Amino acid sequence: MRYHTPSTYEEASAVAAGASGLTRFLAGGTDVLVQMRAGMVLPDDLIDLKKIPGTSEISRTEDGGWRIGVAVPGIALGAHASLKADWPGVVEGMELVGSTQIQGRATLAGNLCNGSPAADSVPGLVAAGATVEITGPDGSRTVPVEDIPAGPGKTNLAKGELISAILLPARGQNAGDCYLRFIPRTEMDIAVVGAAVSLRLDGDTIAEARVSLGAVAPTVILVPEAADAIIGTTLDDAALSAIEAAAKAAAKPISDKRGTTEFRVEIAGVLAKRAAKIAYARAKGETA
Amino acid sequence: MTKVHVQTKINGDAVEFLADPRETLLDCLRDHVGLTGSKEGCGTGDCGACSVELDGTLVCSCLVLGVEANGKTVDTIEGMATGNDLHPLQRKFIEHAALQCGFCTPGILVAAKKLLEVNPDPTEEETRYWLAGNLCRCTGYDKIIRAVMDAAAEMRQEVA
Ligand SMILES: Cc1cc2nc3c(=O)[nH]c(=O)nc-3n(C[C@H](O)[C@H](O)[C@H](O)COP(=O)(O)OP(=O)(O)OC[C@H]3O[C@@H](n4cnc5c(N)ncnc54)[C@H](O)[C@@H]3O)c2cc1C
Ligand code: FES
Ligand code: FES
Repeated sequence: MRYHTPSTYEEASAVAAGASGLTRFLAGGTDVLVQMRAGMVLPDDLIDLKKIPGTSEISRTEDGGWRIGVAVPGIALGAHASLKADWPGVVEGMELVGSTQIQGRATLAGNLCNGSPAADSVPGLVAAGATVEITGPDGSRTVPVEDIPAGPGKTNLAKGELISAILLPARGQNAGDCYLRFIPRTEMDIAVVGAAVSLRLDGDTIAEARVSLGAVAPTVILVPEAADAIIGTTLDDAALSAIEAAAKAAAKPISDKRGTTEFRVEIAGVLAKRAAKIAYARAKGETA
Repeated sequence: MTKVHVQTKINGDAVEFLADPRETLLDCLRDHVGLTGSKEGCGTGDCGACSVELDGTLVCSCLVLGVEANGKTVDTIEGMATGNDLHPLQRKFIEHAALQCGFCTPGILVAAKKLLEVNPDPTEEETRYWLAGNLCRCTGYDKIIRAVMDAAAEMRQEVA
C-alpha cells in the first residue's frame, strides 16, 4: 500500500485519477481502518487528506453560511458554539457517531462517502440543504449532499473526484433543525431509523421545510412529500398526522436483525413527527 | 514494502520508528516502541482498550495509522504516573477495586484522565457517556464509575 499525503485537493485528485488499483481517501479513518483490518478493503493507494491546508477549519462563508473542512472531526463540530447555534440538528447528527474516541477522528465527509444508508450525519445535512464542493480531474463543482450516495457503500463520485468541503447555507431567522435516531441502546449503535427535519417559520406558520430519512432505503433519502405535509401549517395535530403518514409511505426499509420492515416504517413516522416538533420549537427560539 | 520513517513525541520524549504504512499506531507503539500498556481488545474501534491521546485528542490507536502520527504528540498510559507517584485516578482504581483482569484498565484510565481535564466536575451520567466507548467484561462498570467520580472529587479539592 502506498500512503500519500498530498498538500492540495488537485494533487489528491491527480493521485486518485492516476491510480490503477484500489484507492481510498483517508479522513478520520474510522471506516477505512476497520475495513482494512477486516480484509474487506485493502487499498493499493491510500490518500491522506489531513495534510491539505484548511481541511481542519470551520469558517463562515460570505453569504452567512458555513464551510466545513473535510478533516474536521465530530468533536470540533460539537465544540463550535456558533455553528451549533445555527445548525443544531446537523451537529447533533454527527455527535451521535460512535464514542468519544471515534468523535476525535470521524468526519462528515467520511460519514457521507462511506455510503452507509444509516450514516447518522447525512439526514441532517440533507434536511439542511447542504452541498458539497467536489474537486476532480476536470475542476470543481458543487452538488447537493443527497446526490452523493448511490447505494450501500457506493457514491456517485467519479474516479479522481473527492469532496473538498461541506457547505451549509445561511440559517437565517426563525428557523430550526433536528435529527433523531432510534437505536436499542443509548449509545454506540447503528441507527435502525433516522429522521431529520429543517424548517423556517413565518409567524407561527411553517414557510419552508425539508425532511430526510435514514436507514429506510438503500441511501439516505429526501422526502419532499413529508415536507409538503407540514408547509403552510402551524404543526397542529393534523399536520403531525400528515408528516407521519408521508414518512411512513416513503420508508422502504429491509428487514434485518436490527428491525423488521414493519417496525422501521412505524418508527420512521414517529421520528419524523418528533423531529418536526423539536425543529419547530427551536425555530421559535425555545431550547429543545 | 517500503517503510516510512516516523518522528513523534511520546509521553514527552522524542521517539522515531520505521512503520509499514498499513500498521496501526497501536501496533507501532506495542511492537516498535515497546510500549505495551495500550491493549488490543478488538482492533475495530469498539472497545477503547487502545485509547491514547494524539495531539491532545482522545482516539483509538487501533484506528490511527502509525504513519499518521508523524510530527504529532502521543500520550499513552505509560506517561500517566509521575515516577513512582500514581495519578489520582490510578490510586482510586486500586482503592475501589475498579479492575479485575485489568485488560480494559489502561484505556479507561487514559480516557478518564481526558474527561477530567475537559470537565473536572462531571455528573455520573456524563462520565458514563464519555466512557461509553470503553468496554469492560469484568467489573460491571459500577466500581469504575465510582473510582472516577472519587478521583474527580479529590482532584478538585487539590486545586482549590
Ligand atoms: C466504533 C465505531 C462506532 C461508529 N458509530 C457510528 C454511528 O453511530 N453512526 C454512524 O453513522 N457511523 C458510525 N461509525 C462509522 C464511522 O465512524 C463514520 O462513518 C465516520 O463519520 C467516518 O468518517 P471518517 O472520517 O473516519 O472516514 P474515513 O474512514 O476516513 O473514510 C470513509 C470513506 O469515505 C471516503 N472519503 C473520506 N473523505 C473523503 C473525501 N473528502 N472525498 C471523497 N471520499 C472521502 C474514504 O475513501 C472512505 O471510503 C462508527 C465507527 C466505529 C469504528
Ligand atoms: S482495540 Fe482499539 S478500540 Fe478495541
Ligand atoms: S477488568 Fe477485565 S475487562 Fe475490565
